[in-house]
Amino acid sequence: MTTMTIEREQKSGEDLYAEREKRVADAIALREPDRVPFSFFTHFWTATYCGHTFEELMYDGDKYTSSLRKALDDLQPDTFAALHINIVIGQTMETMGYKQLEWPGHGTDPNVGYQYIDKEYMKPEEYDDYLFDPTGFFLRTYLPRVATAYEAFAKLPDFPTLYYLKLIRATGAFTRPDLIEAFQTLAEAGRPMEAMMGELKRFAVEAKEAGFPQSIGSGAAAPFDHFADYLRGSKGAMLDMFRHRDKLLEAMDKAAVLIARDAVRSGKGNPFSKQVFIPLHWGLDGFMSPEQFKTFFWPPLRKVMMTLIENGLNPQVLWEGDCESRLETIADVPPGTCVYWFERTDMAKAKAVLGDVVCLRGNVPPSVLNLGTPDDTDEYVKNLIKVAGKGGGLIVDGALGIPDEARPENVFAMAKAVRKYGAYG
Amino acid sequence: MSEDQQNLVTAIADMKETEAIELVRKLIDNDVPPLDILASCRQAMDIVGARFEAQEYFIPELVLAGEMLDQIGSIVKPLIKERAGPAVETAGKVLIGTVAGDLHDIGKNIVTFMLDVNGFEVIDLGVDVPKETFVEAIKTHQPQVAGLSGFLTLAFDSMKDTIEAIEAAGLRDQLKISIGGGQVDEQVRGYTGADAFGLTAMDAVAQCKDWIAR
Repeated sequence: MTTMTIEREQKSGEDLYAEREKRVADAIALREPDRVPFSFFTHFWTATYCGHTFEELMYDGDKYTSSLRKALDDLQPDTFAALHINIVIGQTMETMGYKQLEWPGHGTDPNVGYQYIDKEYMKPEEYDDYLFDPTGFFLRTYLPRVATAYEAFAKLPDFPTLYYLKLIRATGAFTRPDLIEAFQTLAEAGRPMEAMMGELKRFAVEAKEAGFPQSIGSGAAAPFDHFADYLRGSKGAMLDMFRHRDKLLEAMDKAAVLIARDAVRSGKGNPFSKQVFIPLHWGLDGFMSPEQFKTFFWPPLRKVMMTLIENGLNPQVLWEGDCESRLETIADVPPGTCVYWFERTDMAKAKAVLGDVVCLRGNVPPSVLNLGTPDDTDEYVKNLIKVAGKGGGLIVDGALGIPDEARPENVFAMAKAVRKYGAYG
Repeated sequence: MSEDQQNLVTAIADMKETEAIELVRKLIDNDVPPLDILASCRQAMDIVGARFEAQEYFIPELVLAGEMLDQIGSIVKPLIKERAGPAVETAGKVLIGTVAGDLHDIGKNIVTFMLDVNGFEVIDLGVDVPKETFVEAIKTHQPQVAGLSGFLTLAFDSMKDTIEAIEAAGLRDQLKISIGGGQVDEQVRGYTGADAFGLTAMDAVAQCKDWIAR
């Protein structure tokens, strides 16, 4: 099909990499690049494109890698996300008995992406335990609840009480058959994960040699989402805003330090990208009031972001939904350090408020990519660049990346439109 | 209405949970009929709904309001001895559910809450609802409106399939269908064959009022 090809540039992989890396770096630093960068981010679209099921990708790293390789080769994006650690996790989750997701072939259809089970994994009266000792709370209370392999961790010794002869005597705890089995199961669950990490490292080098910079070096979460998604559940967290306000705020303040510390460690250790992906879930317009956003959501998130920035990393924040009422508030970051990826926020308004502060990313909607035509896609990208691309500071991507079910001809139309309308100077 | 009852309405509407529960216990001690207490709750919910519409309140307030209502219900309902009054005339009947393959329910629950405070009878089929279940429920309940909810892009096809199934069962002409969710728009509406789409609970209320008034 003639529409499904992108003209190759006759340059070496090394030259292409340098050119694209600069293009993206310029966009992030708010310098005008040579052209608007086109970002390729998707969970399962490569399965759709290459004729695999989503389930196959979750269990077969080679299939995921080869489908991603083909997509990169065909689409020639300026930057991309290798999501091995988000995709090739089926076997590990199964072995460890992970309870927080339903995934293709395990709760969802083989061609339906995985979905999170929103429920209360931490009780409201456990804030004090978390605040006193988050590590102990995770080891003995939280982890046993979310995966069967961790259940025996409830029997772990209370480590800070192990001093002198007590720490010698405590070795006896590790002879418990259930703990031995837990460690063995976790090692078994970890083996495919380690193999996959090796695969990811190999592929990162290969992609670099072929000229493709990565857009994600590590990940983090907004502290409010950390509690609302993974600990208290969305309902619990919303009730805590009234019933346990101070404890929630204090716990988020603590979590911000832990989340940032982890993201800095993994982000600084990743030679392929300095961007830290922070997808947001509960901060959008309509969910909480602007005042609640300024109290519960933004300050702890900003704390995480500032730590990343102080460590030379670039927060790449995915603002789900429409965040128009938040624009002035979230402008409070050092200019040229962050990427704000918007899903449904009006990009012209975002440009007007944030254009001098952050690089915008987005936001070709799934309705266009899944249901529209190549002409619709071309038109959307053309207009997007017109309203949000002036002077740089824009990366074109799908509203939430490329939807799993997007029509391939539209994805190609998107890549082409960026080349057609995105040149500066 | 007594002063304490008025205070109960205000406490619930102002998100004063502890005060509201204390007032309920006081009203019970003073032999206020349980149905009158529930009527006060209803009145408070109308205020909460109006404040939500005015964007003074957001989802956390609706969640807490729902929670207060559940608590008060569990205190008051066991005490109800008198027979319920005549059935209240509703503004109309709406069937709602998250379509097959999608497990998200928050948007659907907010729409349900807002339709309820606006006087509609809402039949909630839950999440990941097969198209056959929608068809059966339409036959059983004869709603004037069906609301298909979905957050994921896969829901586009589930919505389309569901509406086609409703059509194939010969039920399409007897009701209006609206789709809702974070990623829907006019293009998705056209694709699925729905009559309207909505991004907020107020959209849903306005659509139902408009359709059922006709």
